[in-house]
Amino acid sequence: MSSPAETTTSPSVEVKVDTARDAMVAAICTTLGAAVVDSLVKPGDDIWVRVTTESWCASIQALKDVHAFDYFCFLSAIDWMPSPYGRGEDDPSEPAPVRDTVIRPGYTGGDTRMQLLVRLVNSATHLGINIKVDVPNDSFTIDSICTVFAGANWHEREAHEMFGIGFTGHPDLRNMYLPIDFEGYPMRKDFPLLARMVKPWPGIVDVEPLPGGADDEKDGTNEDGVKVEGAS
Amino acid sequence: MTILNDPVSAKLGNRQQLSYIASQAADARLNVELETEGMTLNIGPQHPATHGTLRIIARLDGEQVVWAEPSCGYMHRGYEKLTEVRTFPQVTSLINRIDWLGSFANEVPFILAAEKLMNVEAPPRAQWIRTILFELSRIANVSLFLGDLGVQLGAITPVFLAFRDREYVLNLIESATGGRFHPNFDRIGGLKDDLPAGWIDETKVVMKKLRNFCDEIETLLFGNEIFQSRTRGIGVIPRDVALQYGLSGANLRASGVDWDLRRDQTIPLAYDKVDFKVWTHPDGDSFARCWIRLQETREATKIVDQLLDGIPSGPVMAKVPKIIKVPEGEAWVSTENPLGEMGYYVVSRGDLGPFRVKIRSASFNNISITPWLLRGVYVPDIITILASLYFILGDIDR
Repeated sequence: MSSPAETTTSPSVEVKVDTARDAMVAAICTTLGAAVVDSLVKPGDDIWVRVTTESWCASIQALKDVHAFDYFCFLSAIDWMPSPYGRGEDDPSEPAPVRDTVIRPGYTGGDTRMQLLVRLVNSATHLGINIKVDVPNDSFTIDSICTVFAGANWHEREAHEMFGIGFTGHPDLRNMYLPIDFEGYPMRKDFPLLARMVKPWPGIVDVEPLPGGADDEKDGTNEDGVKVEGAS
Repeated sequence: MTILNDPVSAKLGNRQQLSYIASQAADARLNVELETEGMTLNIGPQHPATHGTLRIIARLDGEQVVWAEPSCGYMHRGYEKLTEVRTFPQVTSLINRIDWLGSFANEVPFILAAEKLMNVEAPPRAQWIRTILFELSRIANVSLFLGDLGVQLGAITPVFLAFRDREYVLNLIESATGGRFHPNFDRIGGLKDDLPAGWIDETKVVMKKLRNFCDEIETLLFGNEIFQSRTRGIGVIPRDVALQYGLSGANLRASGVDWDLRRDQTIPLAYDKVDFKVWTHPDGDSFARCWIRLQETREATKIVDQLLDGIPSGPVMAKVPKIIKVPEGEAWVSTENPLGEMGYYVVSRGDLGPFRVKIRSASFNNISITPWLLRGVYVPDIITILASLYFILGDIDR
């Protein structure tokens, strides 16, 4: 299991043990066997499990039937490719800035650009679980879980039009939001946000001083250097 | 007929089972009878029952719906994409506009998710004020629902009462935050300001008025025979189906699921300091959903009263850097919003802004059940069912 320890600063958080969630992950690993690629428990917070692409539908079915994760919270996708446009804060007269182009996945890793993310909750114990799965880079297609959770229907339609992910076995992948003839997949990172292209972001010009933050400079936080970035 | 062996209906309680069988029977009748004259009915996008611009396309056989499908997207604003080009503090002004009747409640889960990633916790006073404002936005939101419910069923009076009393709550929110509809008051690490002087006493008076309003609505509407006959046994959602579609909030509790995120999760808000009842209803019909919301409004006024009595002193803002950079990580936080479970899955890359924000809004899931639910109902019941499911268009389309 990978550890999120580098993101936490307080030592009291790190030593916390979450027996309920640890036991749940162990039980899931037993049931799903080789289908589980990686898992992560943040004590007192949440569970992440990544399953293989082939076992996607079967894994969700098993989680529902065996572990009673009967509440379907949401399904969505994450495009892990860093946006080639950044946050759109650039001055067009300047040379293009160097940007990170490496695809780095989040918790529980990943080998592909696109990942699906599903959250299920056990309605009796109120224990939630985030399930991730890789979507193959060549086809961007994965099995639909509509047959397991009928509520996934609309979520998959949304992921289809926004991320361009195909769902095999979905009854009706019509667009929900976009016009029928819309080209491109807006939520992909390489889809430009035209509003920001037309009128460049002026930089952070209006930072409101926050109450309690007045003596920040005394603490030696030298993060002010960030503020001038992109401001002309 | 296979209805009696239906696995869904076998698990239901007696009363719920009868209504479920009735709806299935209506459905079955449609399938066997000759479709004499079909008709496609378009409802919306501009219709009082649609709370914005939801359009419903229904294929009818006589007075019964054979197939219905909502068509959303008339108000899609692409918030998930827009959050990716904004800094964390800027995102709150966007997400205020998701559920515009209970705006403050939209900000809280996002701010909590950012705080979770930063490992910052708001001071106790800020947590209490957050909870109070959260419940006030619930009251502002749901009291309008209670009034609007009457209008949709043909009763004009309740909406006047609702607007009259909701005004008091909006004034309170305005005097505390500066914004009537879009407070944008929550900050990472606390709140923008403390409460103004005299606000606590004022709020207590208003809460009394709101409880009177609930009593009025209860006698005026819920005791009304016409109201009952139009909502009882209409649009029954069994427990299994409700969970499968991810219904949340009052819609889920009306189907007999005892689950409230205010009570059932540890979250840095002051809900564990107060005593309140989570109401459930076994029927799962339109009446149950409306009734739960009425009880919740009443319960919310009691929560506010209790919180006002014990509000701790101290600062309302934790020490956070002036320029907020959120460490790398992923966090999911959801809260029990007026419309149901609202959550944000925030992915941060240690940057000024989020890498990806998935907005899980309650209405999207709540309304996704309509194609299933509207099959076999009569045309006037479409309005009742939509009204009782209670959605805000901004919350569906985001």
